[in-house]
Amino acid sequence: MGWRLPLRTALWTLRGKQPKATADMVRELSHRREVYSAVPCHLHIFPILKRLQSSEPERACSQNMDEEMNDFMGRKVSYSSQMCFIPEESTNSVPCYRLLSTHGDLLDPSSINELDKELCIEMYRKMVTLQVMDTIFYDAQRQGRISFYVTTIGEEAINIGSAAALNATDVVFSQYREPGVLMWRGFTLQQFANQCYGNEYDLGKGRQMPVHYGSNELNYLTVSSPIATQVPQAVGAAYGLKMDKKDACAVTYFGDGGTSEGDFHAGMNFAAVLGAPVLFICRNNGWAISTPTSEQFRSDGVAIKGQAYGVRSIRVDGNDALAVYFAVKNARKMAVEEFRPILIEALTYRVGHHSTSDDSSKYRSVDEIEYWRTRRDPVARLRMFLQSNRWWDDENEDLLRQDLRTQMMSVLHNAESKKKPGLSNLFEDVYDVIPQNLKEQEQETQAIVGKYPKDYPSDVPLD
Amino acid sequence: MRAAAEKGHTSAASLPGIPRASKLITSAVAAKSEATTSSPSTKPGHEVLLFEALQEGLEEEMEKDPRVCVMGEDVGHYGGSYKVTKGLAEKFGDLRVLDTPIAENSFTGMAIGAAMTGLRPIVEGMNMGFLLLAYNQISNNCGMLHYTSGGQFTIPIVIRGPGGVGRQLGAEHSQRLESYFQSVPGLQMVACSTPYNAKGLMKAAIRSENPVILYEHVLLYNLKERIPDEDYTCCLEKAELVRPGKDVTILTYSRMRHHVLQAAKTLINNGYDPEIIDIISLKPFDLYTIGNSIKKTHRVLIVEECMRTGGIGASLRSSIIDNFWDYLDAPIMCLSSQDVPTPYAGPLEDATVVQPPQIVKAVEQLCQ
Repeated sequence: MGWRLPLRTALWTLRGKQPKATADMVRELSHRREVYSAVPCHLHIFPILKRLQSSEPERACSQNMDEEMNDFMGRKVSYSSQMCFIPEESTNSVPCYRLLSTHGDLLDPSSINELDKELCIEMYRKMVTLQVMDTIFYDAQRQGRISFYVTTIGEEAINIGSAAALNATDVVFSQYREPGVLMWRGFTLQQFANQCYGNEYDLGKGRQMPVHYGSNELNYLTVSSPIATQVPQAVGAAYGLKMDKKDACAVTYFGDGGTSEGDFHAGMNFAAVLGAPVLFICRNNGWAISTPTSEQFRSDGVAIKGQAYGVRSIRVDGNDALAVYFAVKNARKMAVEEFRPILIEALTYRVGHHSTSDDSSKYRSVDEIEYWRTRRDPVARLRMFLQSNRWWDDENEDLLRQDLRTQMMSVLHNAESKKKPGLSNLFEDVYDVIPQNLKEQEQETQAIVGKYPKDYPSDVPLD
Repeated sequence: MRAAAEKGHTSAASLPGIPRASKLITSAVAAKSEATTSSPSTKPGHEVLLFEALQEGLEEEMEKDPRVCVMGEDVGHYGGSYKVTKGLAEKFGDLRVLDTPIAENSFTGMAIGAAMTGLRPIVEGMNMGFLLLAYNQISNNCGMLHYTSGGQFTIPIVIRGPGGVGRQLGAEHSQRLESYFQSVPGLQMVACSTPYNAKGLMKAAIRSENPVILYEHVLLYNLKERIPDEDYTCCLEKAELVRPGKDVTILTYSRMRHHVLQAAKTLINNGYDPEIIDIISLKPFDLYTIGNSIKKTHRVLIVEECMRTGGIGASLRSSIIDNFWDYLDAPIMCLSSQDVPTPYAGPLEDATVVQPPQIVKAVEQLCQ
């Protein structure tokens, strides 16, 4: 078996038009039961090569040079004497899926019946929590209380919407702008603070910068800063899940900038070849530090890249929490049941600076930032939807925000007052058992710190 | 100096324990070596080539533990470029023995992700040099994530493949990766040199909870040896005392072990008594075995294939100076390759690799 992709039809599909079929072609196509629509999103399911589920080597189809269609390693290709280049872009860009208008109205009012009120309220509460946590941690950094922070302002819907659609056993490989996923799964505000302060209660034992959270228990892999390295790792985890036939998938997040890395290309390609149950969620927020997407790639965003690798993809309005939720939910189902990767491009805007080491007003206009912060806020959008349905009101809002602020203050104070991990933590976990050379280095370090205590921080215990 | 009194005019045959001069052997390097490891087994065992020993180790571990899997280019039905994974895909299916597209960073990253979520993958680099593409994953993630996650996630991965200078493979295919990776914290590195230690190290590496890089040598795959039938592993942190002696400690690993053994035949015939240690563990060094030897002989010669700058020899030298300075009677000598890309032309290539006559000369110089 194999793919059947007549070249002519492929060209027309990419140009977003219906095939200018001759009668012959129509007969041929219907004979082969192939129908293409102009809209790339509604791709039809093709049989997945079964190679990776058996031990039989794939047999190449017979090569009959007399046939009109020729066979190249399992893919039928038709010839054409009309020279035609595939255009660099199609007339219509990939459409963007959304359920709520910018002002929080359901575009299809009847779909309210499919929504779970409690779930929507919980999603909203978590989005507000994320927003408040970010604001307070950012301020704490500015006051010198923590050394560094990365906000998720503007991307709360992607964080919480996607997290709500996943199962607790789905393994998450994030970039660094997805703490909401961890928050949804139960990571407490105190735990976030402990990591940012690097105190002795930090699960990472003070070894990573702030926002590099990780929790084995919650199936959220420790954040590693290099861009896109998590993408092939997620494919590896999905490979393991596929081998063990688990009802779970791997999920990986990355930004628009991350799609330029070799690891993204390699991970996508591999996931498609392997048939790995993995979701690739791209937060296309318009900026990679100071590089706008117009300088990052020239393709029609990220969703279009899926087809190049044989990966089903969708573009979704990243500021619409409900759309993100449903897109991820469906994607997850396909990934797990059909053993295929899915690419989700969530369009959004990075309202905050890249990090606390960045001042984005240097490369983008303050008006642009203000516009997205005030008029396209995903949190406000969901709030408008909830309030218009009387599922939420101003009083709830005030109570929630007040309560969160109080919690955050106490959480910060607690985290600050805790001791830092002892010096022995510098040498543990490099290997499973500490080797001799590290033991010696530990002794040397303890001796030096013990001898010149005034030159070292006083709140780091020697052991 | 004590060595000077013993060498020289006494004939080799009159010294106890020295083989007779008539037993001079000048065979090529990759032939069967005589003075090999002492295998603890008393059973007859079976003869294998080194690549078969690796394959046996791999197969036994895959049978024992269903979490063990292999990924790399052409490892499946092709059986691997050096046949180390031959027959495994037929036996375990092509999901457990996975053929990957050509993307080293991808499949190394995949293996790291799979390891963190419960599998025990073995990554095969078709040639170690290609793993330079995976350096980001190996350094920033493989070596680090156990540490930065606070011990929450382990990475029990094995990265293996052939490296070293082959027969006219050209510069890009003659890399010594142990030199580049030795600095990455969190990694363990071992180098196999005989079928016995190849199988033992392979099994130990798979069972280890740490990420281990197993260096094979492209010219040693056809080395033949009789190995035990029963299950055995070699310790990943222990050096191997190949030949006890008292004049000089020769530290070496991988292919150079065989060059050293070749030189040893000449040295013994000339009345020297070298102690030869195959260091096996490139990171961390087995300073215990090495130290005991230095305390006995007081002279050290390191023979390696790495470049002079920044290789294993350079680090070993510095470790020895730090720890055993007082026991040295002479400066540590290190024979390494020059700091040049390995040329294709045969004679030029031979000139960049340390040859037995050089080793003989170095020992003579050291023992003056």
